[in-house]
Amino acid sequence: MNISVKSGQPNRRQFLTAAGGLTLGLFLPLGNRAAAQSGAAAVLATDAAPVTPFEPNAFIRIALDDTVTVLIKHIEFGQGTYTGLTTLVAEELDADWLQMRATSAPADAKIYANTLFGMQGTGGSTAMANSYMQMRKAGAAARAMLVSAAAESWNVPAGEIAIANGVVSHEQSGKQSSFGALADAASKVATPIDVPLKEAKDFVFIGTDQPKLDSLAKTDGSAEFAIDIYRDNMLTVAVQHPPKFGATLVNFDDTKTLEVEGVAFVHQLPTGVAVYAANTYAAFKGRDALDVNWDFSKAETRSTIQMNEEWAAAAKKGGTVAEQSGDLDAAMAGAAKTLSADYTFPFLAHAPMEPIDGVIEIREAETGREAEVWMGSQLQTVDHATIAGTLEIPQDRVALNTTLTGGSFGRRAQPGSPMAAELAAIAAAPDKAGSYKMLWSRSDDIRGGYYRPLTAHHLEAGLDADGKIVAWRNDIANQSFLRGSAFEGMIKDGIDSTAIEGAVKMPYKWPAHRVSWAEMKTPVTGLWWRSVGHTHTAFATETFLDEALLAGGKDVVEGRLELIADSPRDAWVLKRLADMISWAGPQQVNGRARGIALHESFNTYVAMAAEVSDDSGQPKVHKIWCAVDCGVAVNPNVIRAQIEGGIGYGLGAALFNAITLGEGGEVQQSNFDDYRMLRINEMPEIEVSIIPSTEPPTGIGEPGTPPIAPAIANAWRALTGTNTRQLPFVTPSV
Amino acid sequence: MIFSRTAFKSAVATIVALTLFGAASTYAQDAETLRPASEIEAIGDERERSLAAYEEVAKVVTHPRCMNCHPRDSSPRQGMDMAMHQPPVVRGVDDFGAPAMRCATCHGNENVSYVGSEGSIPGHDPWHVAPLSMGWIGLSKGAICEQLKDPERNGDRTMAEIHEHMAEDGLVGWAWNPGEGREPAPGTQDVFGQLTKLWIDNGAHCPTS
Amino acid sequence: MATVTTPTARPTGAELEEALDDGITRVRVNGVDRELAIDPDTPLLWALRDELRLTGTKYGCGIAQCGACTVMMDGQTIRSCVTPISAADGGIVTTIEAIDSPEAKAVQEAWVAIDVPQCGYCQSGQVMSATALLTENRKPTDIDIDNAMAGNVCRCATYVRIRQAIHDAAKKLEA
Repeated sequence: MNISVKSGQPNRRQFLTAAGGLTLGLFLPLGNRAAAQSGAAAVLATDAAPVTPFEPNAFIRIALDDTVTVLIKHIEFGQGTYTGLTTLVAEELDADWLQMRATSAPADAKIYANTLFGMQGTGGSTAMANSYMQMRKAGAAARAMLVSAAAESWNVPAGEIAIANGVVSHEQSGKQSSFGALADAASKVATPIDVPLKEAKDFVFIGTDQPKLDSLAKTDGSAEFAIDIYRDNMLTVAVQHPPKFGATLVNFDDTKTLEVEGVAFVHQLPTGVAVYAANTYAAFKGRDALDVNWDFSKAETRSTIQMNEEWAAAAKKGGTVAEQSGDLDAAMAGAAKTLSADYTFPFLAHAPMEPIDGVIEIREAETGREAEVWMGSQLQTVDHATIAGTLEIPQDRVALNTTLTGGSFGRRAQPGSPMAAELAAIAAAPDKAGSYKMLWSRSDDIRGGYYRPLTAHHLEAGLDADGKIVAWRNDIANQSFLRGSAFEGMIKDGIDSTAIEGAVKMPYKWPAHRVSWAEMKTPVTGLWWRSVGHTHTAFATETFLDEALLAGGKDVVEGRLELIADSPRDAWVLKRLADMISWAGPQQVNGRARGIALHESFNTYVAMAAEVSDDSGQPKVHKIWCAVDCGVAVNPNVIRAQIEGGIGYGLGAALFNAITLGEGGEVQQSNFDDYRMLRINEMPEIEVSIIPSTEPPTGIGEPGTPPIAPAIANAWRALTGTNTRQLPFVTPSV
Repeated sequence: MIFSRTAFKSAVATIVALTLFGAASTYAQDAETLRPASEIEAIGDERERSLAAYEEVAKVVTHPRCMNCHPRDSSPRQGMDMAMHQPPVVRGVDDFGAPAMRCATCHGNENVSYVGSEGSIPGHDPWHVAPLSMGWIGLSKGAICEQLKDPERNGDRTMAEIHEHMAEDGLVGWAWNPGEGREPAPGTQDVFGQLTKLWIDNGAHCPTS
Repeated sequence: MATVTTPTARPTGAELEEALDDGITRVRVNGVDRELAIDPDTPLLWALRDELRLTGTKYGCGIAQCGACTVMMDGQTIRSCVTPISAADGGIVTTIEAIDSPEAKAVQEAWVAIDVPQCGYCQSGQVMSATALLTENRKPTDIDIDNAMAGNVCRCATYVRIRQAIHDAAKKLEA
């Protein structure tokens, strides 16, 4: 179910029923009758245009009621892409913001690919970066078509026609029109190619705060997420997964399950045992009644304590060299002073608010079986293929609707599409028409794997007699979640860059350095977690750098600036930050101290300062300052929101979170009681400064997360003298 | 045969409960159980009798099932480790919570097993924090004992009313019926009531620490 | 399965006693009397969603830790995930779909005005708690806000704006 959300007063139903008029380059997959039957797809089906040679423009619909709907190829899970991409179209179209709408584009890699991925998907904080020119061009093309249509019907030169605030006008004749009145005529105009785009100085929407399109629907309960999809006679399905990673099913007894009122049937799936029931309560209750035998012979049975030791030993030993300069061994041997540190970082669950879920409907059409799916699909192309493959039907008989989604933070972008695969397996097992909702409980999610990998870092630094850092060594040990997946090709020269990003290509220049990676193996499934490798590399490098600078008698801001002379954007944010807080050292007063961190990720530069105090041996974070350079700030309001959210997400994990395996390998956490979430009383005050820029926009969903933990740790050292070598700060109560 | 995790846990809970309740009649000298009133009554010296009875009473009073809701600050604790209550909650003006975050916002009239996760949320009607004046956390057994006798700090109760509170109050009684995943207080409320009476009837003496 | 009836007169007295014994749970939801002929242990959350299709109330944890399932029952916020419908029998429940008090409107307007939601999944619960807070306390301090809202988790960490929006709503109500 696609969601159409509104910026102004006209409601969504009015819009839906008024569908008609201009459709630019809209492509409806032929023969996709399943899609045509769903509510939102019905909107798409109206005025379906043939395939156009200029497919990237399949993004805009203008209706007779003047609404402009932008088809968003990315999943909206809080990062603001519905608003951001719509802003780009509105800009080039010279629309009025109140007439703008957004809806989810169907899954179709041919048209809706992420131009940086070559397939449809969202990740790496690329939604804005890859869409910036594409959506502007789509808007500009639509504008040109409206101008042509007006010129023709008014019989005036196109060059004399202006558009502003959604009104097309011809000053000399006094004629004017709304978009809707020109929609039919415009739809008959040939799609123009290479329409010039606005210059930055003429931007009306880009660079200013536009109200988000989805705020109202997300405030009155009407926003529809995958969990909110209900189909006739739908069964809710709870799956019993293995209690240890890598365990396999031996057999099960469902006698008691089938006695639970509301349970329909039970099937074995590749991922566990599925209980199908008339409602959620019966599904969970029925699952609790299952008696399942597992084979643990291939399971992970090491505890986190054991794994920490093994990972740390591997890091210390060093792995495959990923990056180096100079003669590190000689530099280290010649150093006047050396220091070293070992860090460990735990597994982390993403724990998005909406648990793992999805709805699938199998229909038996005259021409064969077809399926329609509603889910928070983050990698539509992979999910789409996985579902079709699991169901053993052609992909064009599967309609995949990307719903609004209650968070992801990486959880829903999975190389092997296990979430889509389980959903499809649920539908495939009964082998008949029907609709099914897959619903993981919170415990299923917390214990369900796909964690930020457990990671160990070993760092060494050598200083010369003047306190200058002359040697830098960083050895990292963790698993590769790309290994064995469809994304294995991303592993180059034996290095999985997602495992170590942030520790390489650093802005700091030293005479000699070496970074290595030791690949660790475990059946525990890993995954990218908001900012991926940067989650640990930023912490290890930025806290150790502070230590090294302090050991050399340097100020941590001045010392960094000396090392980043060749990285102007890093320097710019750091200087801005120093100005924001009138940096004069940690300023340890009134039981508080400040620390800073600098870290670029996803081509966005972030400098952050934290002010902390000591709350019974744990850091309490009072205020965060952040300077960010993400290129053109398309919607500063959304950027500030993402920085605030990125800080909160990183802060909660740094303070509280660790997924640990107990003796024997079972996950020891299960829900928000033992995997604690940051709460409002723990949220610091936040001040954000966005660097003005004309550079192309870069990511903003993730870059706010990496610097928060090291900024706190650096403040904590200033306050207490203690170096933080292990996260979280607060030891989990297990 | 491998139990499901839930079944295994409840089996353990059952065994634990059986052990505890069973022990009350066999009076094992275990901190987790209570000596029966009859055994205390056999002690010759009145003061010793009272102190021995209080020793048993204190096993209950200082058990996390009781202590967790007798804080000397604004927040109840939870769990056997007496951790701060999560989510954070405050007693509010009436010991029933803050606006929008009342005790009854989460705690119903009875224990409720979770759906989709293991464990249960405790409940009773009413469910609330003991008044600040009746806070115990951090106090010694002796100090709690003196407090129990002080109307200023025991809810303005006579000793008879203290006995009644211990022996019959429903919320006190919840400590022996705390729901799935939670260890009950030692003994039974019945025995606890008898021991409280013995303590009081023999002079309500208090230990020095 | 649930039987959903159109509004009927609510039973009282002896009639109510009898009604409570017939295995059917009667709840007035958003002003409409509903009869639920389902397992009385079913959490109110799932009855609202699965049976009544009131999907604004969300499942987040199932153990009263996150507040996504917050609704009003008999004038007080409750976590519907740990409230069996048997405990709601005879109760009056209001969900996000039907709140319309001046406080609720002020909260929702303030929420939209500064774009509080990100993913939006927790926001029904946030709005319910904020509304309840302002209904009881028209001028909450930051500490009052912490005390009222700490039971509502937002994984997108929109907390800075939640706090601001509550202050904004309070100001609007004052005016």
